[in-house]
Amino acid sequence: MSQNYFKLFDLDQSFCIDLSTLERHYRKIQSAVHPDRFVTASSAEKLSAMQQATLANEAYQTLKKPASRAKYLLSLSQIDATQETNTAMPMDFLIQQMAWRETLEDCKADKDIAGLEQLATEMRQAAHLLAEELNRLFDEQNDLSAATDATRKLIFIDKVCEDINKAITQIED
Amino acid sequence: MALLQISEPGMSAAPHQHKLAIGIDLGTTNSLVATVRSGMSTVLQDQHGHALLPSIVHYGEAQQVIVGHEAKVKQNADPVNTIASVKRLMGRSLKDIVDKAHIPYRFVSPPSDDASQGMVLLDTRAGLKSPVEISAEILKTLKNRAQAALGGELTGAVITVPAYFDDAQRQATKDAARLAGLHVLRLLNEPTAAAVAYGLDNAAEGVYVIYDLGGGTFDVSILHLSKGIFEVLATNGDSALGGDDFDHRIYCWILDQIRDANPSKQPLSEKDTRLLLTKARQAKEWLTENEEAQITCKLSSAYTVDVTLTAAAFVELTENLVRKTLSPMRKAMRDASLDLTDIKGVVLVGGATRMPHVRQAVQDFFQQAPLTNLDPDKVVAIGAAIQANVLAGNRSGDDLLLLDVTPLSLGLETMGGLVEKVIPRNSTLPVARAQDFTTFKDGQTAMSIHVLQGERDLVSACRSLARFELRGIPPMAAGAARIRVTFQVDADGLLSVSAREETKGVEASISVKPSYGLNEDAIIDMLKSSFSEAESDKKARALAEAKVDAMGIISAIHIALEQDGHLLNAVEKEAISKHIKALETALAGEQSRAIHDATAALNTATEAFAAKRMDESVSRALAGKNIDEVNL
Repeated sequence: MSQNYFKLFDLDQSFCIDLSTLERHYRKIQSAVHPDRFVTASSAEKLSAMQQATLANEAYQTLKKPASRAKYLLSLSQIDATQETNTAMPMDFLIQQMAWRETLEDCKADKDIAGLEQLATEMRQAAHLLAEELNRLFDEQNDLSAATDATRKLIFIDKVCEDINKAITQIED
Repeated sequence: MALLQISEPGMSAAPHQHKLAIGIDLGTTNSLVATVRSGMSTVLQDQHGHALLPSIVHYGEAQQVIVGHEAKVKQNADPVNTIASVKRLMGRSLKDIVDKAHIPYRFVSPPSDDASQGMVLLDTRAGLKSPVEISAEILKTLKNRAQAALGGELTGAVITVPAYFDDAQRQATKDAARLAGLHVLRLLNEPTAAAVAYGLDNAAEGVYVIYDLGGGTFDVSILHLSKGIFEVLATNGDSALGGDDFDHRIYCWILDQIRDANPSKQPLSEKDTRLLLTKARQAKEWLTENEEAQITCKLSSAYTVDVTLTAAAFVELTENLVRKTLSPMRKAMRDASLDLTDIKGVVLVGGATRMPHVRQAVQDFFQQAPLTNLDPDKVVAIGAAIQANVLAGNRSGDDLLLLDVTPLSLGLETMGGLVEKVIPRNSTLPVARAQDFTTFKDGQTAMSIHVLQGERDLVSACRSLARFELRGIPPMAAGAARIRVTFQVDADGLLSVSAREETKGVEASISVKPSYGLNEDAIIDMLKSSFSEAESDKKARALAEAKVDAMGIISAIHIALEQDGHLLNAVEKEAISKHIKALETALAGEQSRAIHDATAALNTATEAFAAKRMDESVSRALAGKNIDEVNL
């Protein structure tokens, strides 16, 4: 599917988007194309509805979260932020990255849920700052190279947050 | 607001013609059927005025099959041929059933090269029965009840399943409906059905939690309700935890009590097991409103059981069962990234939520009193009926849309027995993901893909769904082929897989070996044996079905052409009408095969048109916003 996700939801192609408009338009599109609307239709239409509803879900999820939205924006300029050649990170972030990972492992070893939650809060703040930076880099400066770096940092943070949740679940079980 | 009344593209129903559609709650303990009549949703009763149909099937001596209350009566006298709680066996293998010793049925593994594979069978007087066939008997009874009450053939049914049911359990439910001769409009998750019934009734807006503890399954779903759109944010649960387990704890407690008094240590007969399980359930229900329950009965050994269970002791016995429901709630809250303060209300569903200590635990967890102003037994069937009414086209669906999610992650086996996630849990349905594979040998033309469902990293800790064998890969050098495999989960939560070799553009064929489900041949065999029709009747039925299908598609396409004919040029229109004529010619004949083929051809011929119409509905949906916003 080559459809542009921003166009699908009638949004300007930029990093900063109005999330409530995205949500409203997503719901309107699903109301029109969801397979539930085509239960009595021909199988050609059922198939088409499923594909269109699948696309709307995929597009919505991609644009909703800053990391995937940034990655998608870069992909529209033929940049793959997660490509293996794109792994160089600035030294300060590498050190920060190691510190986060270490805290995560320590908390896991100590079964320290409060510590993990504290770490998650810290990571969310870092993610928030990065998203603000991405606003500038994409929409004001159009600096795609710096945006790629920031996107990769954001993807890393999301991954750690996921691991934190996994760790909390494991401890609770 | 007339401007917003944009016609629904898919609705081929002739206006003003009410279609008979039902919602079925196929429960572990009880099942119900409901429908919407004159805009009101009602649970349908049998001729004795019972709404609940006990989900019990008895295979009698004169080959008769008895379902419901009359079967329940047979339970104590003939436990082996009287199957209760069959829902817990759907899509499950023999090794999945933990308490075999305490369930009075004769379990058999299906004949298979691997005993751990395949759905378990029950050895009854009527022969080996699959849980799918047993469930089909319950569905048939409800179908007959509905047809008698509504006075006509049913257009279709919405059948509810626990949100946490995996693919094998969903597929088994759909197969059971097919055996019962029901057209499934949609499989609907039970908590979502409950949310629909509750939400519409109370005009609820905001984030709601549905806590659904049924006879054999536990679900928790978190939904965002807004202007008729029910969006599931996260779901979690345990498809092997329910009221039955509470009975079982009491049953074990009784055994403990009488072991001291009855040191013979004889294993209990199947009848005694059933009797004590029945007594245990009665005690549980009694304790909902009483401080202690007296349990007395006479075993086949003439030994008299006479024990007293206090409410406090019962709470202690079942404390860890209640605790087992907390962990799914925490996970769902975390997956939805919500805090307790975001939750506007907690709705209780399922008969097991009548237990006071369950209610208390929910209240303590969410720090608010749960909502109990609805009948926890009926709310799921009512929600299913509302959805069935919309899906059948009786009510313009403009004001109701359910966006549900997949409860479990879907993954593939990779090197070293590890699972790689392809579709994460809580993805909104329908969802699709493509994954690229390559060959590792020169000239390799086939490969095998193992699909698993679950959250763990190890293959052995996840549930095997199916093995797919891809064939027809064009021979190429190792690593040169690029096979794109697409996993699609539809609105019923069911998986389908397609594959394509990208460099040469060849479709690879796929054969599926479901790990627990029934294969197509087995279903056809069961269908054959379930209809004792003569060959000529079968032909007539096939012809009638083919004709209904054909007329349905012709009318759907006429409506589509009327609405969106402008999207086609003259040549395209001509091609479609040629196929319509061909189908009409076939319809005049008596060959069901010819009608099928012409229907399929017409379908293919309208694919591009369908896609264009879908794009058109997207732009229309967004164009409507201006009117909407002005009106606000």
